[in-house]
Amino acid sequence: MLELQHISYEVEQDGEDKGILHDVNLKIGERFVAITGPNGGGKSTLAKIIAGIYTPTTGRIILDGEDITKLNITERAHKGISFAFQQPVRFKGLTVKDLITLASGKHIGVSEACDYLSEVGLCAKDYIDREVDASLSGGELKRIEIAMIMARGTKLSVFDEPEAGIDLWSFSNLIQVFEHLHEKINGSILIISHQERILNIADRIIVLADGRVQQDGARKDVLPGLLGETGGVCSALSDKVR
Amino acid sequence: MDAIQMSLLEQVAELHDVPEGAYNIRANGKAAARNTTAHIDIVSKTDKDGIDIIIKPGTKNESVHIPVVLSESGLQETVYNDFFIGDDCDVTIVAGCGIHNCGVQNSEHDGVHTFHVGKRSRVRYVERHYGEGDGRGENIMNPTTVVDMDEDSYMEMETTQIKGVDSTVRTTQAKLGDRATLIIKEKVMTHGKQLAKSDFTVDLDGEDCHTNVISRSVAREDSKQVFMARINGNNRCYGHSECDAIIMDHGVVAAIPEVTANCVDASLVHEAAIGKIAGEQLTKLMTLGLTEKEAEEQIVKGFLK
Repeated sequence: MLELQHISYEVEQDGEDKGILHDVNLKIGERFVAITGPNGGGKSTLAKIIAGIYTPTTGRIILDGEDITKLNITERAHKGISFAFQQPVRFKGLTVKDLITLASGKHIGVSEACDYLSEVGLCAKDYIDREVDASLSGGELKRIEIAMIMARGTKLSVFDEPEAGIDLWSFSNLIQVFEHLHEKINGSILIISHQERILNIADRIIVLADGRVQQDGARKDVLPGLLGETGGVCSALSDKVR
Repeated sequence: MDAIQMSLLEQVAELHDVPEGAYNIRANGKAAARNTTAHIDIVSKTDKDGIDIIIKPGTKNESVHIPVVLSESGLQETVYNDFFIGDDCDVTIVAGCGIHNCGVQNSEHDGVHTFHVGKRSRVRYVERHYGEGDGRGENIMNPTTVVDMDEDSYMEMETTQIKGVDSTVRTTQAKLGDRATLIIKEKVMTHGKQLAKSDFTVDLDGEDCHTNVISRSVAREDSKQVFMARINGNNRCYGHSECDAIIMDHGVVAAIPEVTANCVDASLVHEAAIGKIAGEQLTKLMTLGLTEKEAEEQIVKGFLK
């Protein structure tokens, strides 16, 4: 169970403090929770605060009853938090197998590493020895990023817009991966998304806009409202899918 | 050979025992062991220090190891090794130098390697440099490589210097004939106050010849590196050089390209990228549970792999 208590985050912009998140309070224990809302609403910032990449200006983060607010990225990773980047990072020289091995935290065989790649729809033998560099497309990187999260198998997995920057063909495939992931992964999935088909498999949907939780409830209660709206908060629902 | 020399040998030639095939092992300025085969002959030079390695035409899938180890402090030598590779060969040549210096005097090995690569021959040349020892004396290596490539020949040269060499100036000069290909892959890591300088000159003389000079390097602490790649396109040819460097602490890297097209059909490209490890790379590996230091090590290890 992840608890966010009174989380606020401010940055300095043009000499003034600008609030990105305002007193966010959430308890997340369900299997599959989606956070949605317009661009610039604070979703990615919140994900980075959970992963320890940003430190909140105020508030506390509690994981299974333990205050982890002061723990750094590495320590939080050890406590069981995984984070899939919106824009996966490229590494010259490190291979797909290297990254999956590092993610799993132990020496794994080629066949186990290949299993994770197959799970995300990549033909393992074509990818296992590839370098995670500019030769891979955005869609391929996204899948490898997801494979790493699967290899970690932690109690909380946070995905920041897995659909962003992916073409329509790859996207349809990606949804299947998430549907599958929902069944497979242990622990909770927290996914930031604008995609109706991803929201459709969530147990619970949180709408974050202007740095505040605007709506929060079971999918059946929140989703119809989002799809029905023509303007306002969720006009951005499908903004990022091209 | 003693334990120190054996350990140096392992570092520079990945040899745990005497190698198979032809070899010449030089230890502290003297020939320690030699083996020739039916196709590969090794002959000591009479006018200066060094050997001639003669590979008969048509020799396939054979290897030559010519490692050098220095464990006596203060030893300084210049050695000339000439390789005569006949036509239609396919061979691997492993050279390397390991210095263990625990004295106060400088140890220095300067190897001058000359390759004559015959028509249609393929050569893989691997060279590793390694230094160790806790003395105040410096480990110095200044290798010179001269390559003369005949028609349709192919040579791949891998040079690696990872540890313990205080000062090195690597000079490589190559001339390529028609349809010849030369691939150079250099890996360098420096630390402390080390200096490493690489100076490549490739003359693309033949029609449709091709070269690719690739350098990957890491400069840590107060070390300094200079990468110079001079490519002269004298015919219809393709030349590419690339310097990719990570700087850490107070490391300094300079990349100096010089591409000259003396022929209108020459196509020459130079690329250089120097910078510190990207913060997001560290962050990503930290989210996998690595500490910042471990993440840094993994990134450097992968980069120089």
